[in-house]
Amino acid sequence: MNLRIVHALLLRYVFLYTRSPIRMVEMVFWPVVDLLVWGFLTIYLRQNTSGEFPHFITFLLGALILWDILFRAQQGVAISFLEDVWTRNLLNIFVAPVRTLEYLSATFAVGVLRIGVTAVALVLIGWLAYSFNVFVMRWWLIPFFLNLMLFGWSLGMISTALILRWGQAAESLAWAVPFFIQPVVAVFYPVSVLPGWLQPVALALPPTHIFEGMREVMRTGTMSYAPLCWALALNLFYLGLAGGFFVWILNYTRKRGLLTKFSTQ
Amino acid sequence: MTILTARIEVASSCRAASRTMLATDHREILLEAVELTREFDGVKALDRFSFQLRRGEVLGLLGANGAGKTTAMHCLLGLTLPSSGQLFAFGQALHPHRIEILRRSNFSSSYASLPGNLKVWQNLLVFARIYGVPRPMKKIDDLLEMLEVGHLRDRITGQLSAGESTRVNLCKAFLNDPELLMLDEPTASLDPDIADKVRKVVRRLQRERSIAILYTSHNMIDIEEVCDRVIFLHKGRIVAEGSPADIVKRSAEHSLENVFIKIARSGDLEDTNGKEPSA
Repeated sequence: MNLRIVHALLLRYVFLYTRSPIRMVEMVFWPVVDLLVWGFLTIYLRQNTSGEFPHFITFLLGALILWDILFRAQQGVAISFLEDVWTRNLLNIFVAPVRTLEYLSATFAVGVLRIGVTAVALVLIGWLAYSFNVFVMRWWLIPFFLNLMLFGWSLGMISTALILRWGQAAESLAWAVPFFIQPVVAVFYPVSVLPGWLQPVALALPPTHIFEGMREVMRTGTMSYAPLCWALALNLFYLGLAGGFFVWILNYTRKRGLLTKFSTQ
Repeated sequence: MTILTARIEVASSCRAASRTMLATDHREILLEAVELTREFDGVKALDRFSFQLRRGEVLGLLGANGAGKTTAMHCLLGLTLPSSGQLFAFGQALHPHRIEILRRSNFSSSYASLPGNLKVWQNLLVFARIYGVPRPMKKIDDLLEMLEVGHLRDRITGQLSAGESTRVNLCKAFLNDPELLMLDEPTASLDPDIADKVRKVVRRLQRERSIAILYTSHNMIDIEEVCDRVIFLHKGRIVAEGSPADIVKRSAEHSLENVFIKIARSGDLEDTNGKEPSA
């Protein structure tokens, strides 16, 4: 892998985002809207219920912020690809000496940048509006972030592969794919809430271990390392699987001549 | 003589003429297709298409819409895999050595624009970095000046006219000093003045740097002015090959444009039923 090429591709996205303030706003707008809605809802519920409910505001806001890490990482890959489709630049990229891994790495880096912008906004607003301090999770945040980002990249590669295969008609998948798994990975509720037959499915997905771990850390201040190890192992498996799927679809589109259709659509 | 026999003879004589020409040409072969076939849902877009392109040569690929020109170019760029046949560039098989080959090549098409939401210099800088161009900003400025679009350096790419956009695309195509260049209808949608300027710049750079160019166009003035040799495709097969002047001579037509029309309509270079040449 040539880092100069990754840097060049990343530079393109940096030019794009810094030239267009609207894109920066888009990165922050929806997460902030989510945070405000969930924040006010939990305040309302806390005021009208008794007992242990006060914990839930922290769980929900923590879950919301962590979910956005996964979502932004996935968007970094899928939307970066779509930017090339929308600007009819895909042919220029694919006829340049750019390896698939270099292209994907650049989109991963875009995901990291997007996460950075969104996370800063959410952490600040969570703290100012709801006195929610994300750093209550202390250093556990680092493996949480890393694991969610890795899974976001996997979902990004799958979304992009599906768009490659089915064309621009499938571009809504760039936003939809993460939400296919959201009900299962126990973002806002524990795995025990899910029906028995669905729980093994949930546990086979890395984010489940992270969101379970997050609740554990917020409740007790610590957690076992086992869920983190599971999440990491599963992430490596899914990264390999998603990468293989992407390469397979890319070769399939070359065989079928579908890649060139992106220049004329 | 049946029409089929006549067609075979015409094709054979074209290939024989071409072979004679190539046999005396000792320049290095930069690009070679051997029996390239590409099928889409049972329809052959390319049918046993073979050719060689040598260093410093400009080869035109001609044919009506759907003749197989763009499919051929996409196969040569690795965007589409051939159903069968082999492709070589710089003496290496294309697919296993795609990245090394693409480093020494470039491509420009009127159908593949640079991102419209960036400034011209930003787009060119990204590609200069991808190709590892030393002192990229100087290179970009020099190329923009050479193509007479230096004043567009800080303009948004999406706001350029078709002619300006084509010349900026050509800047991108020359950024890495390619040894092999593929130009897909570079003068499409340009007015005659700009098209003439583009042709002259392409031809000058090609001669100065001894670039091998594969060129497609529907504009026969382009072809006659730029190409040393042309291949006419019809339904994915080569029906005529040679220098533009030689093909006109062999066809008994008055111009390359008429040859184009004749081949597009009949699939043949020569009349096989005694008709007069078209006007």
